[in-house]
Amino acid sequence: MTDERDFHALFDPKGVIVAGASTHPGKFGFVALHNLLTAGYGGKVFATNLDGTPVLGIETVADIDEIPDGAADLVFVCTPAKANIELLRKCAARGVRAAFVTSGGYAEAGAEGKAAQDELVRVADELGILLAGPNGQGVISTPSSMCAQIVAPYPPAGRIGIASQSGNFVSSFMNYARHYGVGVSRAVSAGNAAAVRVADYLDFYADDPETAVGLAYVEGISDGREFFERMRSVASRMPLVVVKGGASDVGARAAASHTGSLATDDHVFDGACRQAGVVRAATIEEAYEAAATFATQPLPKGPNVCVVTTAGGWGVVTADAVGRTPNLRLLPMPADLKDELDRHLPPRWSRNNPIDLAGGETKDTIPTILEIAARHPDVDAVVFLGMGIQGNQGRMEREGPFYPDHGLERIVAYHERQDRRFTETAAALSKEIGKPILTATELSITDRDNPAVAGCRESGQLCYASANRAVVALSHLWQYARHQQRR
Amino acid sequence: MIPAIGHCTVRTVPGVRRAPPRPHVQCRPVPTLSEADSKRLLAEHGVPVLDERLVTTADDAAAAADAIGYPVVAKLCGAAIAHKTERGLVRLRLDSADAVRRAAQELLAAARPEDGAVGVLVAPMVAGTRELIAGIVHDATFGPTVMLGVGGILAEAVADVTFRLVPISRVDAEEMIEDLATQRLLGAFRGEPAVDTDRLVDVLVGLSDAAIAHPEIESADVNPLIVVDGVPVAVDALVATRA
Repeated sequence: MTDERDFHALFDPKGVIVAGASTHPGKFGFVALHNLLTAGYGGKVFATNLDGTPVLGIETVADIDEIPDGAADLVFVCTPAKANIELLRKCAARGVRAAFVTSGGYAEAGAEGKAAQDELVRVADELGILLAGPNGQGVISTPSSMCAQIVAPYPPAGRIGIASQSGNFVSSFMNYARHYGVGVSRAVSAGNAAAVRVADYLDFYADDPETAVGLAYVEGISDGREFFERMRSVASRMPLVVVKGGASDVGARAAASHTGSLATDDHVFDGACRQAGVVRAATIEEAYEAAATFATQPLPKGPNVCVVTTAGGWGVVTADAVGRTPNLRLLPMPADLKDELDRHLPPRWSRNNPIDLAGGETKDTIPTILEIAARHPDVDAVVFLGMGIQGNQGRMEREGPFYPDHGLERIVAYHERQDRRFTETAAALSKEIGKPILTATELSITDRDNPAVAGCRESGQLCYASANRAVVALSHLWQYARHQQRR
Repeated sequence: MIPAIGHCTVRTVPGVRRAPPRPHVQCRPVPTLSEADSKRLLAEHGVPVLDERLVTTADDAAAAADAIGYPVVAKLCGAAIAHKTERGLVRLRLDSADAVRRAAQELLAAARPEDGAVGVLVAPMVAGTRELIAGIVHDATFGPTVMLGVGGILAEAVADVTFRLVPISRVDAEEMIEDLATQRLLGAFRGEPAVDTDRLVDVLVGLSDAAIAHPEIESADVNPLIVVDGVPVAVDALVATRA
């Protein structure tokens, strides 16, 4: 098996060679160099080009031999498949330890391509080069500010490590990271996964100090038993979120057996995930949100959820969401918590969980109530709804014809300050008390400049686009925490 | 080891009547054990079964029923018989020696040559509203798995099932029980006590142990696994082995 040093050459290289750099902005060989330079990679960048013409201000060389020995340990390969065997040999002679091969024309292209891929793997093994791909979109590593890929985007830095059998889903996850601000440590598109597979990348992430949670997309699994053991090992070291394509494939077996006809691929995969402690998400967005939650929230110690809301309907719908989530429980209002809240709230508050403030709040009410609820020993997690309203009104006033007169400048600033304070308080309390506090509002996707949303993002937290999505993420968190607790 | 296997060859088990040979025996694609042998194999690993007797004559069936106590169930039992209910080979609620004798005669007469060696299985008639299904299935990708689901005639339509890979721990088994969507079925139900979780865990862990001890098992159905006074009991079982 590949050793750890190889993965460092892939994710934290001291220099990168872009092989097959092109002057044509429509070619992958151009885009790869463009993205690498744009993201601000700090190591040395080299490029090869048959004509030796400069690309994007980088002097290119016609031959790898002209690159100084030991100056680069990663080669990003955009050259045609037929050129790559010789390229790998020359790179190895220059001290290159890892190759990301983006070139196509391998196993995805039929029998001849499969033979070329087998040869590529054989030569890489012989040379001791870690071979990522071929036919993959690239590799991202924010600790090294490295964007070695032929597609956008480059995500904000964070603690999510992504490995995917589909390059486009790497982009999808990173697009979410850009939107929500909960960022990525490493990301790799496994391509044909000829030598290094999704499980291998996850294994590296599990011991990577830059990575706190794994996020993977998988499709066909060939050796299920080995995959299971690897996933179980990874999940024992870090939370791991998996989304699987082809889940609806209903493969009934052995006609003599009822058990067999009930054993669809999806049921068995689902059981394997639960047994391994792997969090299985149903969709790409659910997977990202679960991973982002693991990356930013402490694990809950129990299933008891307290909902804090400034408006009745939101609380009711959130209570419904908790109610239909089998592993979570809406905490029945503890008497001592009710008594304490009575001292801080006008009599019209809900006097129940959800804690509905019913519009009775003054300047400090929300931070105070949030803290009291979060600190109560029976509360394992809090879902907080209702921030963003003041900022929303503030925006309308700021953009309206009367601003800044009629006292609007002052009140808008107050609204914006308050909303930002609510989400910053939620983030700070969560850290201090060690309980998940999830905030939710649709403004998260409809107006990301809303001060509550921005405050959440700038505190490093995910602002959930709905309470339902917050509850789903919380359910994944508790499932993982409980799995660990019981073993 | 696996006891008698009813594949293409028909073995003669001592004390069990052998059906007359026929030139063109229709082979089933997957070799199976008889109900009695299936249960014996699973019971060795802790799957609870009823106190039941395998006999070859109507008189012995009546004697077995007297010993067990009424009412009883009589079923035709043989390695190549898989779908007893569909063929009318199960007689329920027999409440006298005469009824048992008559049922056994009819069952033995209903045996087809391709059924191979057959006998009559006499078992106590148990009552329980709740039926579960449990088993082993060899998954092409993941290898041997243990399964638990809501049973009964609607099992496949309801598909409230959960799987784990062999071997399973007791915690895995507990989590399988928690996985079932129909949790209300596991609590106190229609005057019957809640399902004894520990005993159900025993069944699941027992199936896992059986799968390890017998890697040749392709699948094992315990269907139904009836909950009797809160305790799960395998009322029917069918073990199939890989050809």
